[in-house]
Amino acid sequence: MRPSPARTPFIVRLGRSFDARSWLLVGLFAAFALIAVPLMHLLLPPENPLHLSTYFITLTGKILCYAIVAVAMDLIWGYGGILSLGHGLFFALGGYTFGMYLMREIGRDGSYQSDLPDFMVFLDWKELPWFWTGSDHFLWAVLLVLIVPALIAFIFGYFAFRSRIKGVYFSIITQALTYAAMLLFFRNETGFGGNNGFTDFKRILGYSITAPETRVVLFGLSALALIGTLLLARYLVTSKFGRILTAIRDAESRVMFIGYNPLWYKLFVWTLSAMLCAIAGALYVPQVGIINPSEMAVANSIEIAIWVAVGGRGTLIGAVIGAFIVNLAKSWFTVSFPEYWLFFLGTLFIVSTLWLPQGVVGLYRRLQAGRGSAQDSEPAAAPGAAVATAATVAAVAKGAGV
Amino acid sequence: MKPGDRLVTDNPDWDSGTAELGHMFRPGELDLSHKVVLYLDEITVSFDGFRALNKLSLTIDSGELRCIIGPNGAGKTTMMDVITGKTRPDEGKAFFGQTLDLTRLSEPEIAHLGIGRKFQKPTIFENHTVFENLELAMKTDKRVWRSLLALLDSAAGDRIAETLQTIRLTAHADRLAGLLSHGQKQWLEIGMLLMQEPKLLLLDEPVAGMTDEETERTGELFLSLAGKHSLVVVEHDMAFVKQLGGKVTVLHEGSVLAEGVLDEVQADARVIEVYLGR
Repeated sequence: MRPSPARTPFIVRLGRSFDARSWLLVGLFAAFALIAVPLMHLLLPPENPLHLSTYFITLTGKILCYAIVAVAMDLIWGYGGILSLGHGLFFALGGYTFGMYLMREIGRDGSYQSDLPDFMVFLDWKELPWFWTGSDHFLWAVLLVLIVPALIAFIFGYFAFRSRIKGVYFSIITQALTYAAMLLFFRNETGFGGNNGFTDFKRILGYSITAPETRVVLFGLSALALIGTLLLARYLVTSKFGRILTAIRDAESRVMFIGYNPLWYKLFVWTLSAMLCAIAGALYVPQVGIINPSEMAVANSIEIAIWVAVGGRGTLIGAVIGAFIVNLAKSWFTVSFPEYWLFFLGTLFIVSTLWLPQGVVGLYRRLQAGRGSAQDSEPAAAPGAAVATAATVAAVAKGAGV
Repeated sequence: MKPGDRLVTDNPDWDSGTAELGHMFRPGELDLSHKVVLYLDEITVSFDGFRALNKLSLTIDSGELRCIIGPNGAGKTTMMDVITGKTRPDEGKAFFGQTLDLTRLSEPEIAHLGIGRKFQKPTIFENHTVFENLELAMKTDKRVWRSLLALLDSAAGDRIAETLQTIRLTAHADRLAGLLSHGQKQWLEIGMLLMQEPKLLLLDEPVAGMTDEETERTGELFLSLAGKHSLVVVEHDMAFVKQLGGKVTVLHEGSVLAEGVLDEVQADARVIEVYLGR
C-alpha cells in the first residue's frame, strides 16, 4: 500500500502503466529493434540466412509507423468512441511538414541544380513561398510536425465537439476534411508539389537517406516512437482521464451532469491522437522516400480503422497487431494477387465486425477464458490497474475503521 | 469584503427588484440569503408549437424536500432539463439561489455549482466498476489536466467507502455497474449524486423498479438528506410520496395545478380530475 499516492513522481506512475510482463515484452522488442536488427542488417553478409534485407527494414519500419497511427486511432475510437475517418490527413500533414525539410536538404543536387525544390523550378517560381521559411532547419521541421497538424486538429475538433457532432456525422465530416485537403494538395499552386508531392530525397541531417546506417536509425526511431506511444496511451487509459474518456463514450450526458465538460476531454485526446499520427507520418516519409496527396485519400483513413477493428478496439496492443496483420497481408497480396486485395480487405472487415467484435485480441482472450475455469466474463477490458486501486482504497478504508 | 465582491446593483443584467437585496455576493457562489434555493418564474418551453412548459413558476426553499407529481407529459422532465441547462427556456427566469442564472450556464457548469440530477432511466457507467462510478462523480476539480494526474488519496477513499455503505453496495464495489440489478443501479446513481455533494438534488422517479423494502430505505435516505440538501423528487408512487411527507406540487400541461401537503392535494377536485381520478 502506498502511503501517499499523490506524491508519487509522474515518471514512476508512467512506468507503472505497464505490468512486469508487458515491460519484459517491451524490452525484448526494443532489444530486437535497436540491437538485433542493426546487427543483422549491417554486419551479416547478404548470403547469411539471418541477414535482414533492406526490403525487410523498409517494410517493417513502415508498418511500425502505421502501428503508431493505429494506437492513436484506438485512443479516440476504442476508448473515446469517436470514429475518425480522416486520420490519414494528420499522418500526411506530418509527412509533408517533415518532407519540406527533406526537399530543402536536396540542395542543388536536384535535376535543375537550383536552390529551390525541383517542382518550384518547374512551375517557374523565383522564390520560396512564405510558409517554406525556415524549412531548411531540422529542428524547425520537427517543431512544425508537432504543432501544425495538432493545431489543425484542435481547431477542427473544437468546432465539431462544441457543436456536439457525434457518431456517424462526425465520421463523415472527417472524411470530407481529408478529402478537401487532398484536393487542395493536388493543386500545384498550393506549394506542396501538386500530385507528385515530394520525392527524390537525398539526405537527412547531411547523411545519405538511402544508406543502410540511416535506414537502421530511422527504423530504431520508429520502434522507440511506437513504444513511447504505447506507454503514453496506456498511462492515459488507466488514469482517471481514461476512465472519464470511456465514460463519455458510454454515457456522455451523465458525464456532463456530474460536472465534466466533455468538450475538453474529447479535444485533448483528439489533438493528441492527431499529433501522434503526425509523428508517425514524419518518420514514415524518409523511410519510403515519397509523400503525395494520395496519402490523404479517404480509403487510407478507412484502412486505419480496419487495422484497429481487426486487432481489437479498446486494447491498444490490438491496434499494433492489427496494423501488422493487415499490412503484412497487404504487401503479400499486392505482389501475388494485386486485383484481389480490396476484396480481401473488405472480407476481413466484415468477418471481424460480425464474428470478432473485439478483434484478434478479443479472440485470444476468449480462448484464454475458455481454457481458464469459470471466470467472471466481463464485457469490456476492465482496466486492471483501476481495479487494483479500488482494492487498495477499500483496504485503506477498512484500516481506518470506516 | 473580498476581492471580486460586487454590489448586486452593479450588474445591469438584473432588474431593479434585486437591488433591494442590498448585500454583497460573490460571483459564481450560491446565495441562499433569502432561503430560496431554486426559483422558476413563468418558464415557457415550446417544441414545434407544443408547450411542454407553460408559464411554470415554482419556488423551492433551502433544505426542502419537494415532491412533484403529474400525469405523463405534464412537463416534469422538461422542467428538470431547464434547471440542469439541457433545454433553454423560450421565456421566463430560472435562478439557483439569488444570483445564479441557470438559463445562461452549461450542463457541466450547473453541475459544478451544485445541482445533481438522477435520470428516470438509471444512467450510470456500465463498463466501469461501482467504485469507479463513485470516483468519477466525486466532487473535485474536474478539468482535464487535473484528471490526467489525479490519484485517489485516502480521504477520497474514505468518502467512497462511506457512500458505498450508504447505498449498500460495499460488497459490489469491484463489480461492473452494468451487472447490477435495476434497483442497485438506481442506488448507484443516487450514490453518484451524493458524491457530487450537491446543494440541490433532482431525482426523476428514483424508486422505479425497486422492491418495497428498497423503496422504504430510499425514502429514509432522502429524509436524512433533507435539511442539509434540498431535494426535488418526481414520483408516481403515491405511497413513497406519502412517506416523504413534505409539500407536493402537481404539474399539469406544463404549469402548476396545485400545491400543498399530499392530503390537501389529493382532495383537490381539479387534481382528481386530471390525475388521480384517472
